[in-house]
Amino acid sequence: MTHSESHTRTHHLRYVGIWAALIALTILTVTTASLNVGRIGIIIVLAIAAAKSTLVLLWFMHLSTEKRLILKLLVPIALCVLAIFIGLTYTDVLYR
Amino acid sequence: MEMTVRDRKVFSRVGMWLFILSEILIFGGLFLLYSMYRAKHPADFHAGSMELSRFDGTLNTIVLLTSSLTAALAVYSMQELDKWKHTAWYLAATIACGFTFLVVKTFEWGAKFEHGLYPRAAVLDARPHGEILYFGLYFTMTGLHAFHVIIGMVVLAFVLNFVVRRKITHERNAILENGVLYWHLVDVIWIFLFPLFYLIS
Amino acid sequence: MASHAESAGHHAEHPWYMNADGTRARLKDFLTSTNHKRVGILYGSAILTFFTVAVILGVLMRIQMLSPDSKFMTGQTYNAMFTLHGIIMIFMVVIPGIPTVFGNFFMPILIGGNDVSFPRLNLFSWYLYMLGALVALSSLVFGSGPVDTGWTFYVPYSLSSTVNAPLAVTGVFLLGMSSMVTGLNFVTTVHQHRAPGMTFGRLPLSVWGIYSTAWIQVLATPIIGITLLLIMVERIFGIGVFDASKGGDPILYQHLFWIYSHPAVYIMILPAMGIISDLFPVFSQKNIWGYKTIAFSSLAIASVGSLVWAHHMYVSGQSDTASILFSFLTFLVAVPSAIKIFNWVATMYKGSVKVDPPFLYALGFVALFSIGGLTGLVLGALSTDVHTHDTYFVVGHFHYVIFGGMGFGLFAAIHYWFPKMFGRTYNHKFATVAFIVLFVGFNVFYMTLLILGWAGMPRRYYSYLPKYTDLQVIATVGSWIMVSGLAMMAGNLVYGALRGKKATQNPWGGATLEWTLSSPPPLENWEEDHPPTITQGPYVFNGNGKHPAPGNGSSGEGAAAATGSPARRGSQKKGH
Repeated sequence: MTHSESHTRTHHLRYVGIWAALIALTILTVTTASLNVGRIGIIIVLAIAAAKSTLVLLWFMHLSTEKRLILKLLVPIALCVLAIFIGLTYTDVLYR
Repeated sequence: MEMTVRDRKVFSRVGMWLFILSEILIFGGLFLLYSMYRAKHPADFHAGSMELSRFDGTLNTIVLLTSSLTAALAVYSMQELDKWKHTAWYLAATIACGFTFLVVKTFEWGAKFEHGLYPRAAVLDARPHGEILYFGLYFTMTGLHAFHVIIGMVVLAFVLNFVVRRKITHERNAILENGVLYWHLVDVIWIFLFPLFYLIS
Repeated sequence: MASHAESAGHHAEHPWYMNADGTRARLKDFLTSTNHKRVGILYGSAILTFFTVAVILGVLMRIQMLSPDSKFMTGQTYNAMFTLHGIIMIFMVVIPGIPTVFGNFFMPILIGGNDVSFPRLNLFSWYLYMLGALVALSSLVFGSGPVDTGWTFYVPYSLSSTVNAPLAVTGVFLLGMSSMVTGLNFVTTVHQHRAPGMTFGRLPLSVWGIYSTAWIQVLATPIIGITLLLIMVERIFGIGVFDASKGGDPILYQHLFWIYSHPAVYIMILPAMGIISDLFPVFSQKNIWGYKTIAFSSLAIASVGSLVWAHHMYVSGQSDTASILFSFLTFLVAVPSAIKIFNWVATMYKGSVKVDPPFLYALGFVALFSIGGLTGLVLGALSTDVHTHDTYFVVGHFHYVIFGGMGFGLFAAIHYWFPKMFGRTYNHKFATVAFIVLFVGFNVFYMTLLILGWAGMPRRYYSYLPKYTDLQVIATVGSWIMVSGLAMMAGNLVYGALRGKKATQNPWGGATLEWTLSSPPPLENWEEDHPPTITQGPYVFNGNGKHPAPGNGSSGEGAAAATGSPARRGSQKKGH
């Protein structure tokens, strides 16, 4: 009946709450960008983007209540793989 | 070993997540190119970013985040509340948000075209290399993303059709869940595209 | 074990090439069937056809190289030949080869399941494959002529080349999609459809091979997808990412290309290694030495192998830092492969070894893959690579590892599973002779290429300096011997399929699940609610080291009694 076995009924306000957090983070990131913080700017906006994605993945896409370990690990694995590809390519591009 | 509806739903979800993985990696290749060129031309990328409308980008971000909310509520209404009419309305709202996104995007791109900032245009080719690459990546990545938005809208339209014809029910709704998962993916990609193109300080 | 013979009789009623109503399946039954065995046969027929085409292209190329001033073909034609030979072999034969044919036919059986997770998607993947193959091959005849960029589609030439790059690129894109779909299907299947008791630790190593491969297919193939898409976007829109006049970096193309194409070679070899890992225990009638090590080495090869791609680019102009780093990583990835070889050989120690044709190919695999691997060390080291890059040495290396490795693994699989799939035997003596001819020709041909490359002969050239003539002629003659061996092998198998004696249920004494089904197996492996129950590992033999008597077409009682018949099933088959 429920879509995962030991799932407690999530009140739909929780979804709205997550949405509000996402909007707040969006406003935060736009504000930060106009502040001209220099080189760490990219790290901050990427961190906020990561936080927003995590919220979507965990709560909208239900990974927080997902029981199968493999599914919880899939996106982290993909992102790690990407990070490695980008990192290794940097060893070429940055050191020519 | 009789495959129950629930079993089938589980591995259709596994399959869907694997597909999502591969989509992340497709964009990943483009993010790789972006990373390299931004590292080589930080000032040009900033200059290019200044030409984009932060307002439009932020608006589109909010539109997509809202569409994610409505999509999640569509699934919730079906799985938790067994209210298919709510699901239908939420799906329609999601599709409408997608449409809004595309409209805003069209205006954005139109503005760029008018200013001669598109691949192979004389105006763009006269700009520094970093800016040419910035706009090349901008059109490619937002274009590919918009393509996925369109696909997502088509998928959700089919899902909406199934919901209204009661082929998706409280018991059998894997297609709804997986279709919405795809939509969330489209949202997540934009969550990264937005700061990388619009918020370069 | 009496139950063997009885169940063999039961299932023989409706083998997979017959429909449920007893009629022989026609072509349209195959084209619409989502049954994993039939999909495997669809793939097999297509792949064998394309393989033959690509072999012919190769033969023609070698004829051109018989003399330095050969007028057999123009330079343009030669470029097209090696490009298509590469595209067909790599994307249509070697990458899909073992997973789509034997993975489809046998993997569900080996895990005790009845089919893959998404059977309709499986059939769809075949249609995608055929579409991609036909689009790629159509570039031979339509438009401006066959593509001539090399299968690697390097920029800037692939952006400006006036011949059919778009068609070929689109074809390969579709082939990549098919590969991704197959990988997705197989990962899900291995996770979801194992029979009760079939833990990951009891999976046959061939399944471990297919499983690791499926992960690479899902994770790496999207990168080639976007790379090919970018070629098209560059050609049509000129966005500039690979165009130096706009600040683009052609070396980044190579990075993106090889980020997929190096893991792709592990897609090619891991399934083959998995099958070899299944064969060594059976033909030594002894448990594999180091099961866990081999299983983990597959995962290690898959992961570390995804980090070495830029060893194709040492002389491309990339930074020295990158070259040193990638060289180090490349040497790392040799370790898990070597481990497998040690374990296979150790399996034979004190085993009861019988060199039947499948094992002959397995031994051939070990020999040829080892040579290929060792030449890989020469290429992986920076200094020696500068000398050998883009020479015939590279060509020799990859034919040893791909053809000698994956190819011989494929031939081993064919000879091993042939009786099971078709219910008929082939002539073992003739198969042995064919193997010898093939093996000799292979080495005469490719060893000579290694020597030629070391002596400085560049690759992808349609002509050469006269001093290389003698070796080029020897190589070409070697290729003729090799192809004769291939033809003999193929002919023997075809004859066996048509006129061979009936096969027994377990001609080799294997202990994995496929040998508990009839030869050929039925459409439905086990009844829905009666899956096999697994109580032990895949290589447990009954210890008397006896191999089955050569099959003489009887019901299989003799064979079953003599061998360590699969003791894994606990549940009963239909009718019990």
